[in-house]
This record gives sequence, structure tokens and C-alpha cells, in this order.
Amino acid sequence: MRGLLQWIEARLPVGRVWRNHLSQYYVPKNLNVFYIFGSLALLMLLNQLLTGIWLTMNYTPTAEGAFASIEYIMRDVEYGWLLRYLHSTGASAFFIVIYLHMFRSLLYGSYQKPRELVWVFGMSIYLLLMAEAFMGYLLPWGQMSYWGAQVIISLFGAIPIVGADLAQWIRGDYLVSGVTLNRFFALHVVALPLLIVALVVLHILALHEVGSNNPDGIDIKRLRDADGKPLDGIAFHPYYTVKDLLGVAVFLFVFSTVVFFFPQMGGYFLEPANFEPANVLKTPEHIAPVWYFTPFYAILRAVPDKLMGVCAMGLAIAIVFVLPWLDRSPVKSMRYKGGFSRAALALFCLAFVALGYLGMQPATTATIWAARVCMLLYFGYFLAMPLYTRREVTRPVPDRIPSR
Amino acid sequence: MRALIAFVLLSMSPLMVWAAPVASGVQPVVIDVTDKAALRDGANTFVGYCMGCHGAQFQRYQTVADDLGIPYEQVLQTLAPAGASIADHMQTRLLPADARAWFGTEVPDLTLIARVRGTDWLYAYLQGFHADPARPWGVNNIVYPNVGMPNVLESLQGRQVLDCPEPAAQPCTRLRVIPGTGSLDARQFDDKVRNLVAFLAYSADPVQTKSRQIGLYVLLYLAVLILLAYLLKREYWKDVG
Repeated sequence: MRGLLQWIEARLPVGRVWRNHLSQYYVPKNLNVFYIFGSLALLMLLNQLLTGIWLTMNYTPTAEGAFASIEYIMRDVEYGWLLRYLHSTGASAFFIVIYLHMFRSLLYGSYQKPRELVWVFGMSIYLLLMAEAFMGYLLPWGQMSYWGAQVIISLFGAIPIVGADLAQWIRGDYLVSGVTLNRFFALHVVALPLLIVALVVLHILALHEVGSNNPDGIDIKRLRDADGKPLDGIAFHPYYTVKDLLGVAVFLFVFSTVVFFFPQMGGYFLEPANFEPANVLKTPEHIAPVWYFTPFYAILRAVPDKLMGVCAMGLAIAIVFVLPWLDRSPVKSMRYKGGFSRAALALFCLAFVALGYLGMQPATTATIWAARVCMLLYFGYFLAMPLYTRREVTRPVPDRIPSR
Repeated sequence: MRALIAFVLLSMSPLMVWAAPVASGVQPVVIDVTDKAALRDGANTFVGYCMGCHGAQFQRYQTVADDLGIPYEQVLQTLAPAGASIADHMQTRLLPADARAWFGTEVPDLTLIARVRGTDWLYAYLQGFHADPARPWGVNNIVYPNVGMPNVLESLQGRQVLDCPEPAAQPCTRLRVIPGTGSLDARQFDDKVRNLVAFLAYSADPVQTKSRQIGLYVLLYLAVLILLAYLLKREYWKDVG
């Protein structure tokens, strides 16, 4: 056995990778509950990939057969209902986990130097995930699948000159049809997952190059013992593998509660209108995207002009990419930042959740104006950041992580 | 640990408490999809009164037999049309072209109707027919105005009329059955409708009862796993200062 391991090690760096990324990868000892969401995102990715493979085995990607094949999976395939609910609940859970993962970064300044690339890779994954979820949502070929895709693709039509042709190029048809379904299926099951997995690898490699941040924003690599091991660092394995195991078990408890008892989640994870097959001639009364898109949908609707609305929506996502260069604070964590930063983050989170809620409601004068106020707070958080982070008084950051 | 559980639960709780908006005339109604006797009665009503026009094209007779505990021979004799196989789907004999000619519209399939409309709505709808000479079938509906469907349960319920003083300021939602016009009394008819709605709710998601049973074991397993993982974590983290 030992001989075999040595034979492999001489040809493939299995042991070295294990040491560099797990058993001798040193992580701050004070990571709290917010640091579970990276592992959970990986777990959800795995869940989506595995259940997705088995769903693909029984799904028919045609306009005629798609809806019926979903019901075939739900009723006739052994445990097909479980695969489908794991996948549909997994999509929403993935976004919950990702949003909390991003919130953690805002809270502790995990995007700041030297983790700018980690942040940019992460945002790219988020962007791809939105595309992946959007295309996956068309596949059941229900009313909301169909009309949601129709509305979102038509947004490209607002772009001057090339817009109409671009929207048609995306659809491959004059309106959303079986052709669109086929290409979305190909992108959803092959192209985008490949890209997402590749970016996840980059995200983790870039993170392990500079090491994890922590709730105090203290650089643990500056103070090391005689062996070069950071004084405030502990090995990822076994300390964080066992801690993450606990986090995973708790998460799975909540996740399974939804999968087995509330798979529709009151219409937020699986929308009622989507149990009706797509009908080209019948527009639903109220078209709303799934909850994880609604903050951006609210921004789109808050702007009176369609083109400007699309631009505002694009900008709302684009501006998050440059966050590392907007934060001029000398400290990373909210624990040492000033009152301005704290208030700004709190307002930003409230505005984001409020936008999510408003995006689900039918558009009225009141909801549109509320969305405009929230939109102002959303953009204000980013645009005013260089000012308030530079001017405010911060507290001194200690050299060592305080003992528990 | 406790903070972690509370945090994860809290982060998902807003999604549980928001309820969908309720249409006018629709009240919350308790439907029990685990009551097999009720589901069997609902299945009979469905086949007898609904399936002439509406199918349940994704539901198989065999699934109904297995889930509701009815022998196959009995299903083939009482529920399925003559010559049908137990593995057949519960399809209607009404042709789409005939539906358009007779009702002026497509007749929707009912397999998933409970997931689209909800059981509250279905119950209110089936109870909501009333006489209206202005409509082609002589009836209208308080939760689905100008509906294209006749009141197929009228022989059971009796003739129902609007019960508001003329002219009403608001749309009338009070209904009254003319005594002696139906074969069931109000309570019996209420049970009939409830059972039918329960069958539709079951049909829309036949696995829901089984899913909850399995879910209970899964949660039990995970509870043990959480405990063990907690003890393991505590043991390893003893030496972290």
C-alpha cells in the first residue's frame, strides 16, 4: 500500500495538494458561522450537478414533450420527484447561500486587498449562476417559464440599433419556441456548468493563494512561529472540516424540511402558474421572476424608460464587481470600521431585501416609488463608499486575534 | 450552535410566512389528503362528474389504485372505461375539436389544477355556481365570473341562486340553494366537494404523503448526525485557544 502511494506521489502530486489545500493550509482560528456558506455553496453546486445529471436522463427538451416529461419524472420515474425537488429547492437554496456568502464579504471586508481577484471570480460565478438559473427555469415549459423568458429576452430588444436582432438571435425564433428551449437546455446542462466549475476552481485557488480573511480582518500571515506556521492559524483539516460537517448537517436539516414538506415553499420556490403548460396565446395576469431575481427586476421597473431601466439593472450588477476599488478604508472588518460604514451596510441590506419584495408585487405607483427610494440607497452605498470609508474614524486593529 | 440553528431558520423564515393573495369569495378550507376513504369518494366523483370533459392526463389508474388502496379489478370496473388497461392515464373521451364547438374554449386538464389554483379556490369555485339566465348554460360563478362550464354537480347540490337584494351595490357573493332541488343536503354536498377537492389535491402531487413519511426519517437521521457532528467538533476544538 505504501509502495503504491509512493509510486503515485512520484507521478501525481496528490499528497502535496492534500497538504497545501487541507492539512497544512492554515486558516484563522476565529472564523464564525458566516464562513460556512462557501462550503455550503460547493455542496449545493454538487447537488445541482448530480440531480441535474439524473433529471437529464428522463427529461425531453422539446416544446411538445418538456412539460409532460417533468410530470413523467414526478410520477413514473422511481424517486424522480425527489430528484426534481432536490434540484428545484437546490436552486433557491444555492441563491440563499450565495447571498449570505456575499453578505459575509461585505461585513468583514473580504473583498479588500489582497482578495480582489477572489471577489471578481466570485461575482463572475454569481453572474453565471443567474444565467444558469434563468435558462433552467425555461425547461419545465410552464406558463411562468415561458412568459418569464419572453419578458427577459425582450429586454435585449431595448438596446438601440442591434436590439431587435440580438433578441431574435438569442431566441433563435421570432418568439420563444422549441428552438429557444433546445439551446437553453444545451447551455444549462453543458456550457454554463462547465464555466461555473472552472470559475469555482479559480475562486478557490485565488483564495488559497492569499488565505482566508476573518471576522476581525487581521492578517494572520504577518506573525508566524519558528516553523513558519501562522500564530493565529489552524489547519483547515481537521479543524474546519469537522466544523463544516456540523454546518452541513444543520443546513441539510433545514434543506430537507423544505424538500420533503414544503417543496413549493408557498409559491416562492415553485410558482403555481408554472404547473400550467406554456401557452403562447395566453399571457398570465402577473409575470414575476423567481425571488432571487426580483431585486434587479424591481430596479428595472423603477426606471420609466425601458432602455434606461435595462442599463440601471446592468449597472446594479456591474457596480458590485468594482467594490474592492471603492472601499478606501484602512481596516477590513465592520468591527473596526466607523458608524458611516455600518449604517451604509445596514441601509444597503434593507434596500436590497425591500427591492426583492417590491419586485414580486404588481407594479403600482406606490411600489414604483418605493423601489426608486431603495434604488437610490442601493447605488448610494457603492457610489458614496470612497468618501465615507476614507473620511470616517476607524478603530485600531490588534496584531493578534483576541482570545475567545 | 444554537445561534447557528436560529440563524439558518431565521434566514429562511420570511419565505414561509408570506402567503399568496386570496381572490374574492375564497375562504381558507382544510383539505385532508391522507384520508383514503375521502380520496376514494373524490375519485368516484371525479370519474362520474368531471371526466366526461376533463382528463387527468398525467395520472394513471394504477397509481390511484395503489395510493388509494383500491383493488385493480375494482378500478377497472368502476373507474376506468371498458377495455382500458390499469396502466392507462385517466384521459377524457372528449375531443378538443368538440370542446371548442360545444364550450367555445379548450377544456383544461385537471391533473395539476390544485397546484395552479389552490384547494381554497377549487372548493369555493365548486360551491360558487348560481343560476344566471344570461349565460349559455344558465349558470354563472361568483369566484370565476362568466365561466364557460355548466354546474355539473347541480343534480347533487340543487339549484343555487344569488341571495342579495336588488339592485346590489357590490357584486353579490351570498348564495342560497332552493330546497328540494338537489339529491344531497348541504352537509352531504359539502363533504362531496371536499372529497373531490382532496382527490384533485392528491392527483396534483400524488407523492406528497409518501414524501412526508420519508422526510420524517430523513430529519430524524439528520438530527442524530447533527448531534454526532457537534460532539466531534467539540472534541477537536478543545485544543484551539
